[in-house]
Amino acid sequence: MPLLDPTSENAPAQRERLPRPHSLINKRIALLDISKPKGDIFLDRLAIRLDSMGIEARRYQKPTFTRVAPVDLKHQIASECDLVVEALAD
Amino acid sequence: MLQNTARIQSLLPADFTGFVAVVKRDCATCRLIEPALRELNDSLSFLLYSQDDPAFPESITSVRDDTELELSYRLEIEVVPTLIQMDAGRETRRLAGWQRDDWRRLTQLAELGESLPGFSPGCGSKSVDPGMPEKLAYKFGDTPLQARRIDVAAQQDEHELVFERGWSDGLPVIPPTEERVLKMLTGTTRSPAEIIGIIPPDNVPCTVEKIAINAVMAGCKPEYLSVVLAAVEAACRDEFCMHGVLATTYFAGPILIVNGPIRDKIGMNSGNNALGQGDRANSTIGRALQLVVRNVGGGRPGGVDRAALGQPGKLGFCIAEREHDSYWESLAVERGFSRDDSTVTLFAGGGVHPIADQKSRASESLTRSLALSLRTVHHAKIYGAADALLVISPEHMRVFRGAGWSKTRFRDELAKHLTIDGRDVLAGEDGIAEGMPKRFAGKRVNKFRPSGLLIVHAGGAAGMWSAIITGWAASGLHGSIPVTVPIKSYGL
Repeated sequence: MPLLDPTSENAPAQRERLPRPHSLINKRIALLDISKPKGDIFLDRLAIRLDSMGIEARRYQKPTFTRVAPVDLKHQIASECDLVVEALAD
Repeated sequence: MLQNTARIQSLLPADFTGFVAVVKRDCATCRLIEPALRELNDSLSFLLYSQDDPAFPESITSVRDDTELELSYRLEIEVVPTLIQMDAGRETRRLAGWQRDDWRRLTQLAELGESLPGFSPGCGSKSVDPGMPEKLAYKFGDTPLQARRIDVAAQQDEHELVFERGWSDGLPVIPPTEERVLKMLTGTTRSPAEIIGIIPPDNVPCTVEKIAINAVMAGCKPEYLSVVLAAVEAACRDEFCMHGVLATTYFAGPILIVNGPIRDKIGMNSGNNALGQGDRANSTIGRALQLVVRNVGGGRPGGVDRAALGQPGKLGFCIAEREHDSYWESLAVERGFSRDDSTVTLFAGGGVHPIADQKSRASESLTRSLALSLRTVHHAKIYGAADALLVISPEHMRVFRGAGWSKTRFRDELAKHLTIDGRDVLAGEDGIAEGMPKRFAGKRVNKFRPSGLLIVHAGGAAGMWSAIITGWAASGLHGSIPVTVPIKSYGL
């Protein structure tokens, strides 16, 4: 059953995504491996590309793709990086 | 109702003329009158609806299924059995319960129910079971509610959604479903669309519906809603200065003081722990106002709410005056209302400052004692800035009762001890930079502006403590003035 909005409804009903950055210059990228097969291959390639562009990337890994990321991991990524690339598929 | 009529006609055969009866198996009278129902079915244009079991009554094969209760809801059936006469799709008369003579007259069947007793009362219709009208209103779309619907995804926890969207004050809330809000709205005669005021800080129209949604979230019962509505009206009044109360870096928040008969009707606590936790009405009414300010008004800590420290009462702070055994007239009576009026007074206040005096048995001593603590409100060297709400406990009230001091006498005596020579509190005096400007030297200064000290009676029977609830540093014309609003016009 839906809930009734208790606000003045001046904000959109759907939470807006953060705007995409115009550039990756001076941004630190998180490369998140969700522990699905071959995600690491995709992220390895991406890391090489980013490195060649002079952009810093850091690798992170979820313990398992079957559950949402642990709070500590989310907090670590949010505090260390500006944006995240996640490898979703097999 | 026109829409309802159209919908009823669509549920019945086109332009139906004849009789409609609504029954349920779980009703002794419905079971009793089965022979009469059968006779009606055999003799007349007759439609029989069963609310709980379409196989009932067994002796009639053409029973229609109303287990969804749509027809019962739309026909506004309150009692079963109900017999309705229809003419070309429109109701012309109805009977509730079994009165044989009336049923005979209406159906013109002179022998109807010959074997039955002359009278048997009906039972409550399933469509009016507790909570059911709201469920049915939601189910069949007859909702007057305009608020945007926010979908909860199948795997989403609705309680977490409330936090994620920033609707909560930090504690769990009751998720505001349409059913719950419709039920909440039964607590007022006002239309959901009515605007109660323009609510700061965003200065947006605040409707009864939005207030009801937030009252649900706060945990209010429908019978509290009229108090919440009156409190919102007070908060929207210019003289209360809700925007300033929010935007200040000081401690203030809206504190509600409820007077009059509604306190007992809705179970408010004015006795033990009167300023504390544990009573649903006290705890949720003040919270509902704060949620309205937060969600409708847009006033949030760190946003327009700039409080440096705040205080726990900003979650919601609502008290009731102990009137039944007070020796003095209540706050509301002092403010021009009668004892029979239910009112809510909004006061921009901070935290609770206890006063202990276990030795004063004379009214003079106790007055001096209370004054000494009152002189520390805001700062011991600042006079005329902050209002205060003085809460006198029953054991302290006993002292004044014993001395035969009226509230006016007490106020007069108290004022003497709250008026000092400005020289004693000048900035820089006593090695303290804080204090009154030099121009007050040689002048008499009053701790409180005229009408800046509110006094109520509350608390448990034992304990020689009273309390000060300190006001906003900017009290009065240049800040907040307490506002009292009568509750009656919002109630049922």
